[in-house]
Amino acid sequence: MTESLKGAKPSRRQFLTGAAAAGAGAVAAGATAAAGGDPMIEQVQDWAQATGEGVDATPYGLPIEFEGDVVRRNVEWLTADTISSINFTPIHALDGTITPQGCAFERHHSGAIELKKEDYRLMINGLVDTPLVFTYADLERFPRENHVYFCECAANTGMEWAGAQLNGAQFTHGMIHNMEYSGVPLRTLLEEAGLGAAGDLKDKWIYVEGADASGNGRSIPMEKALDDVFVAFKANGEALRKEHGYPVRLVVPGWEGNLWIKWLRRIEVTSQPVQSREETSKYTDTLADGTSRKWTWVMDAKSVVTSPSPQAPITHGTGPLVITGLAWSGRGAITGVDVSVDGGKTWQEARLGAPGTDKALTRFYLDTEWRGEEMFLQSRARDSSGYVQPSKAELREVRGLNSIYHNNCIQTWWVRPNGEAENVEVS
Amino acid sequence: MSKFLKLAAGVALVSTLIAAPVRAEKYGLGRAATPEEIAAWDLDVSPDGTGLPEGRGDVFTGEELFADTCAVCHGDFAEGVGNWPKLAGGQDTLDHEDPVKTVGSYWPYLSTVWDYVNRSMPFGNAQSLTPDEVYAIVAYILYSNDLVDDSFELSNENFLDVEMPNADGFIIDDRETAEAHFWKAAPCMSGCKDSVEITMRAAVLDVTPEESAAAAPAVATQGDMEAAGVEEAAVGVPDPEMVAKGEKVFKKCKACHQVGDGAMNRTGPVLTGIVGASVGAVDGFRYSKPMQALAESGAVWSDEELAAFLARPKTYLKGTRMSFAGLKKDADIAAVLEYLRSQQ
Repeated sequence: MTESLKGAKPSRRQFLTGAAAAGAGAVAAGATAAAGGDPMIEQVQDWAQATGEGVDATPYGLPIEFEGDVVRRNVEWLTADTISSINFTPIHALDGTITPQGCAFERHHSGAIELKKEDYRLMINGLVDTPLVFTYADLERFPRENHVYFCECAANTGMEWAGAQLNGAQFTHGMIHNMEYSGVPLRTLLEEAGLGAAGDLKDKWIYVEGADASGNGRSIPMEKALDDVFVAFKANGEALRKEHGYPVRLVVPGWEGNLWIKWLRRIEVTSQPVQSREETSKYTDTLADGTSRKWTWVMDAKSVVTSPSPQAPITHGTGPLVITGLAWSGRGAITGVDVSVDGGKTWQEARLGAPGTDKALTRFYLDTEWRGEEMFLQSRARDSSGYVQPSKAELREVRGLNSIYHNNCIQTWWVRPNGEAENVEVS
Repeated sequence: MSKFLKLAAGVALVSTLIAAPVRAEKYGLGRAATPEEIAAWDLDVSPDGTGLPEGRGDVFTGEELFADTCAVCHGDFAEGVGNWPKLAGGQDTLDHEDPVKTVGSYWPYLSTVWDYVNRSMPFGNAQSLTPDEVYAIVAYILYSNDLVDDSFELSNENFLDVEMPNADGFIIDDRETAEAHFWKAAPCMSGCKDSVEITMRAAVLDVTPEESAAAAPAVATQGDMEAAGVEEAAVGVPDPEMVAKGEKVFKKCKACHQVGDGAMNRTGPVLTGIVGASVGAVDGFRYSKPMQALAESGAVWSDEELAAFLARPKTYLKGTRMSFAGLKKDADIAAVLEYLRSQQ
């Protein structure tokens, strides 16, 4: 991706009008029974009379057509070409915490390649006792583990540094997914090759690279490599999708998505970081004085209200309202999420869908009563290290305006009396 | 504070991990990698020159290579075309609004440039350059940033002598100290601010993509082919099997070319209807001078001409901007032509 994260091309959005129109009908149906009865109940409908589809109509099932708008979306002006680009998970339309693979965001540097298991090789070389080559079948014979982790692109929310820009949680916060991975701890593979040759491990690194034409490679300190990094070949119970690195990708819990090498083909134990393109010219953070932070691997605690939000307006009128969203931290587990409906003057603690777990998405809910008033919706995540998600002003105070990556600021949605929501910045 | 407890715990964890004994028994899985295999894949180059092969290349040679293989995206003077990266310029902009980050203004290590050009470029034809060509292109990029003069030759011998302007421009992640105040014992719950005013609205800027139905499938459907009608029949209905094969081959072209509904000119021109079309006639595409000359001669992309071009683009048309090396197999060329024919 290039660094031109400020958009210029105007476009019109029509979906809001459609949603609002659908909402009006829903309000009427919700209040009292329609005059003349509800035909959905009082008339025999086709689906209650004729038969439906048989088994095997779709050997691998897809979402029903009515959910056809719950898809990944691209922001065309962001990048020169979709082959080296990113799209966004429709987080505004999902619930729970697990992201289905089919709508989990994609980020390619040289396009999604097709690599068969039979053609797959993983090499471990460098400062190891015996450089090794594994086939895919070899990997499946090591003891396996299952873990749920979020993967967030460091550029998630990057377009919002200079100001409110994209109107939807999918676009502001959708460079994230959360899956249950099955695979082998990297530590197991490194020990199979033998780390005796590396000597003192404290100042050693690994360099990991993929098999695609971009040759995307990153350096990772040995401490992290031996901690919780693992080599995954299944996600949410099934094979990884092509776009997520089939047949094997690296999982680097809590750290920026660029390190999660797809189509993983080589792990080299080194005495120094390689200083590849992706860890120098990109994925570094330029401060106001022109110096830049490097090795900003950890994703800080962050959260966003996914509904209501610009793509998910309130369509049911006043009364009970479920405010919900997602929270996560690369430094540990989410311990709590606070929600504000008044732009941060007052906060109330949200209910967590389930207790937060290490470096994984946590769902939160605030079950409330909406009287049709204007709201400035915000959420604020807290994690097990004691970190509290900062406001955009607090971040800018330290980092200036020229950052691209690691924008974990508090997001504001302005919900108006008609239920529509807009991405805004507030004082 | 809890943050520091966590940090201490983190350090303890690391020590434990590093100190844990290496497991004595192995699973005996995998096989030894041969030196040749390691040499084939272990190509990365580090700042101290580790991994750098012998070789040399000068600015003049680099300029020609750059014009042929890089300029289509990065511009003749490495200034960048459209959204593609700028490689030159931007000196002294890092502390300004919207800094321009180029090899000259931002990249701290020359090894990174060599490594990236060698392994990842040119886009769509990676790992096709010889070491001498990489040295030459890197020399030209240095020249385009005013870091060397036009008689400069870069080699493995003088590689470490080149000074990068922003070499000292980086600090290691200091969030845990510079942002220590984000670790808060008791975040504010009420009376946190007096007033809340909107300071910026996304709707004013309005750069959000419209929500519309999913994109049309890239492959022409049976219906589309039937709808193509009489003219199509005259040249023969595309063989669906060949079309499918050709679509796979076309993946090699997709880095630069789009085809079908909604296709737009990218690095290369739209190829919808290219079979049988006049050369150099796609609206809005900036062709190379040799391609313009061929167009003015009235040339047409017949099957034979396209096949010859695709086999060896640079031999067929010296000076073409298409950096693709060519399709080696005749069967692949035939298949991709069949696919392109289906995209009228």
